[in-house]
Amino acid sequence: MKYVDASLVKKRLNTRLLKNSLFKSLFFLATLFGLVVLAVLIIRVVTQGIGWIDWNFLTGRLSTDADRAGIMGPLLGTSWLMLVVIPVTLFLGVGTAIYLELYAKKGKLQSIIATNISNLAGVPSIVYGLLGLTVFVRAMDFGNVVLAGGLTLSLLVLPIVIVSAQEAIRAVPDHLSEASYGMGATKWQTVKNILLPTALPGILTGAILALSRAIGETAPLTVLGIPALLLPFPEGLFDTFTALPMQIYYWTLDSSLVDEYAYLASATIIILLVLMFLLNAIAVFIRNKFQHRY
Amino acid sequence: MAANSESNRVNVKEMINKNKNGKNMSNLTDAVVPAILFMIALISVLTTIGIIYTLLSEAIEFFRRVPIWDFFTGTVLRPLSQNPEFGILPLINGTIISSLIAIFVAGPIGIMTAVYLSEYATDKLRRTLKPMLEILAGIPTIVYGFFAFTFVTPVIRAIFPAVEATNILSPGLIMGVMIIPMIASLSEDAMTSVPNSMREGALALGATKLEITFKVVIPAALSGIISSFVLGISRAIGETMIVTIASGSSKNFTFDITQSMQTMTAYIVEVAGGDAPAGSTIYYSLYAVALTLFVFTLMMNLLARYVSRKFREEY
Repeated sequence: MKYVDASLVKKRLNTRLLKNSLFKSLFFLATLFGLVVLAVLIIRVVTQGIGWIDWNFLTGRLSTDADRAGIMGPLLGTSWLMLVVIPVTLFLGVGTAIYLELYAKKGKLQSIIATNISNLAGVPSIVYGLLGLTVFVRAMDFGNVVLAGGLTLSLLVLPIVIVSAQEAIRAVPDHLSEASYGMGATKWQTVKNILLPTALPGILTGAILALSRAIGETAPLTVLGIPALLLPFPEGLFDTFTALPMQIYYWTLDSSLVDEYAYLASATIIILLVLMFLLNAIAVFIRNKFQHRY
Repeated sequence: MAANSESNRVNVKEMINKNKNGKNMSNLTDAVVPAILFMIALISVLTTIGIIYTLLSEAIEFFRRVPIWDFFTGTVLRPLSQNPEFGILPLINGTIISSLIAIFVAGPIGIMTAVYLSEYATDKLRRTLKPMLEILAGIPTIVYGFFAFTFVTPVIRAIFPAVEATNILSPGLIMGVMIIPMIASLSEDAMTSVPNSMREGALALGATKLEITFKVVIPAALSGIISSFVLGISRAIGETMIVTIASGSSKNFTFDITQSMQTMTAYIVEVAGGDAPAGSTIYYSLYAVALTLFVFTLMMNLLARYVSRKFREEY
């Protein structure tokens, strides 16, 4: 027993164990840090804004008078944006995913497209704003209308949709498409009748998550020159519009001039967060309901 | 029965013929569809080309008017004055300082979170904590900007009255909070992929969990952790709304974090949102700044991928 002195080991072990449990609490506190900030943020926004939300706020027109201001315009603008973003991203995203997963030969071109998509995902959203400004607003001469904003946001969230659609298509078991080929179906028939319907829940989940990201995007819209004025409501793709995040932006900036604008911004944030929460809930619901049903 | 089978035979023949014709149709679809899908897939490549082309062509026009050397070494940015000066250094300075503040917040907290989730937390706890943390990443940045401007800055100023009403500190801190989930989840992925046999080996030698974490898991997962840091910085560099709202528009070339500074992204918002007439030098400066921003973030993203590939330990 010359080498191991039990009491010495125990003494040392105690300090080491103490250190371990101290650090464990430290790590736990660090994990809570983000959640505490989140809680403070949400409590702060809700307590500030909830009192301002009423029927008049939801359906009224924008106004410089804080008591009368309503957000019907931004709400409609955001809805119009979604009417562009949903079909465009679904079409482009799912098409690209099908091509990459099922048609592309494993080669240079395919890897160029795949690398390119992952690089696009890292491009700051404001750069997309400049692309939209140059291509859609000026070169194609749309002006700062719904269509230009929607197409810009579509390109921005496209990588998310492509990647999630690829995963959904990859998750379809091989025996399903093999059975389809065995029945004499052609490739496109198999894609159209078997692969896409089976992958649809996964594709939709990704698309909805991308959509909820697009709803909150502000930077590209500011670059496109989307106003937050007392506008007539947008009625088509070629109308100027404003959107919820733009309205939050202007009310926040002007809150140093008019105190009430901070409360209006809070109230609008609540609406925006509720919308995003609903979209996320739908995505989770679809994922849970259709998981592993073949 | 006989008549019946007779008619059946006819039916089959007809069916085959019909199918043959149908096959021709679907042969055609099968030939056309890949081409259409290929063109759709090219849109993403076109987007990249579009971004690079617009940024480059307009930036080149800018560099015809303002020498490239003056742009990248100038410490004064006065685009609207009588004798405009276009030095990008104040913007790069603001961008780097805000990103550094963010990574000083998100780095340690993100790693500690990752350690807790991958080494200490029970499965059940991890399954509740992780989605809650991910909410942080889903909050729109405009909301963070509002929070930084109307809550964090006043709190900071109540404690340190010398801090300006718009400063780089509070948006930096909040950007840090925003990228915590990203760093935590990427680092956690790297840590969970360290094989258990290594932990068990250390455990058998008498190491505590803490010693295992610092002497085995973190060194083994280092490449993943570093690349999560680089990606976090890249995200902070490209972040726009938080800094636009909370850090003001003073083009200060200073290292004092209590002061107002402008980042590259905030400059783009300011100039594009104002009425910079198309064709003016200010208008083209937008693209020169955006090109610089694009190159910055692209290099960070490539670096992150390089680090995680090059230094990945193979088990």
